[in-house]
Amino acid sequence: MPAGAEPGPGAPASDGAAAGQGAPSPRARRIGRLEPAAIAGVMSRDVTVFTRYWLSTTFSSVMEPVIYLLAFGFGLGVLVPRVAGLDYIDFIGTGIVATAALFSSVFPGMFSTFIKYRFQHTYDALLAAPVDTEELVTAEVTWISIRAGVYCMAPLVVAVFFGLRPGPGVVLVPLIGFLTGFGFASFGVTIAAFAKSIDNFNYVISAVVTPLFLVAGAFFPVDGLPAVAAAIAQINPLFHSVELVRHAVFGLEPVADLISVGVLVAFAVLMWRIAIWRMRARLID
Amino acid sequence: MSRRAAISLRGVRKRFGPVVAVDGIDLEVAEGECLGLLGPNGAGKSTTMRMLTAQAIADEGEIEVLGRRLPGDSKRARAESGVVPQQDNLDVELTARQILTVFARLYRVPRRERGAAVDRALEIAGLTERADSVVDELSGGMRRRLLIARGLVHRPRLVLLDEPTVGLDPQVRQELWSLIDALRTEGVTVLMSTHYIEEAERLADRVAVMAKGQIVAYGRPSDLVREHAGRETLEVYGPPARLREVEARASERGLSTRRSGTAVAILRAEDVNGFDVQGERRAASLEDVFVVLTGAEGE
Repeated sequence: MPAGAEPGPGAPASDGAAAGQGAPSPRARRIGRLEPAAIAGVMSRDVTVFTRYWLSTTFSSVMEPVIYLLAFGFGLGVLVPRVAGLDYIDFIGTGIVATAALFSSVFPGMFSTFIKYRFQHTYDALLAAPVDTEELVTAEVTWISIRAGVYCMAPLVVAVFFGLRPGPGVVLVPLIGFLTGFGFASFGVTIAAFAKSIDNFNYVISAVVTPLFLVAGAFFPVDGLPAVAAAIAQINPLFHSVELVRHAVFGLEPVADLISVGVLVAFAVLMWRIAIWRMRARLID
Repeated sequence: MSRRAAISLRGVRKRFGPVVAVDGIDLEVAEGECLGLLGPNGAGKSTTMRMLTAQAIADEGEIEVLGRRLPGDSKRARAESGVVPQQDNLDVELTARQILTVFARLYRVPRRERGAAVDRALEIAGLTERADSVVDELSGGMRRRLLIARGLVHRPRLVLLDEPTVGLDPQVRQELWSLIDALRTEGVTVLMSTHYIEEAERLADRVAVMAKGQIVAYGRPSDLVREHAGRETLEVYGPPARLREVEARASERGLSTRRSGTAVAILRAEDVNGFDVQGERRAASLEDVFVVLTGAEGE
């Protein structure tokens, strides 16, 4: 991912604190862009804060798929035994993995970013340290994506109890969740940077997030949709995420899957750069 | 004095749309000095402070902090500076120790030294006993001490304090003053913005008075008082009508006055002869200077 791919060892400031007062030591330490030390520092804050609320996050990410699977599995599943060549439980069990990655990235990207810079002024404190906006956004997005990669497994684990039998490709699912999360977390951060108030998110949720979520082939196949919607699905990153998860669990399709990975990477990199650009405009006067 | 400048600003200007927040200031803070940036609310102090960490970028002029040109080389300067913001932005759900550990890491304190750095910061803040309390459980004074300790955890050469005691009760303020004074004794350079005159008078080696985005006076507190307010001030108390009359008579004679609540203060009372108004003579203060130069009431 972009964060890891950056050049430079960025020697994590071996002499940083040794600089006592009045010791004008000429330091050869390289302080450049996207330093791992800065990114790790910001993420250490996220991890520390997470130790305070991991239980509620874990609870909701397990309960939600349980409810979805109960409702759709027993409700709709009775009417529609097979969809697109899969048992309905297999279809929806993999579909909600990608939507879990979406929700566990786009909402923290929007809400916690907005709350942190607008109400808690957390980013003011972080940017006073040797951390730049680029590193701050990269760290926040990476952290959210790691969570998305882990928590998108919850629905899959739940689905196993409902009878889903994954193949060995299932080990790729956290990576797909991370990649999906990276783009959507960056999208969320971008929206947070534009938002004037927290109510503004309603427009984005109704007009962007919900349609993306429905036209992604998670709950029903997109082939049955009107031509326009089916075409839109092809450029919907979440559609590609859903496809990748299904193929990972039930058998990869190299060409289609490489295209899907390409779409998700392009979306992630594009949104990541836009998020940095907008947050810089928002945080630096 | 040939001490190097820890901070140097030349012709710095910053606009926000039509508003000029900082209007061409020149300022130097020598290494080891404590400079008080004194001015009423809205004078441009906070914007000036934010420019020193490149959280605001100057439209014009040059800024150097610890020998680094800003904004390009700001990150290096920030690594050796500690910032104490006006606004409490502590993570309320974390403990004092957790917060200091995170910031020790953010400020690149090497892993093996982090524990000791955190313990030292806890001691500075007097929070060793409360190290594992979450911020929400700490009193206002403790939170503010933690905020200061957070800015000191990496032993910075320069500390930027933005209104460090605003909104605190007098006892807490005294505690913080001794904390800041200890920094000065250690040779740390301190730039402190404040609108409390007493704070600047007690702690600062030099004071820069800001008003409407400009530095209107700069020097040692005692020199500023002598230059702008003379030696003595005559304070006249009385009902409003009486105060208005005193003001009118003083202005007839070209004396400068200022109103503070129930009194009129006549500046440069030592030069006044034959002005038969009864009142209390007292030594001129930095507050008199502040009011004369900024037109605002001091606190």
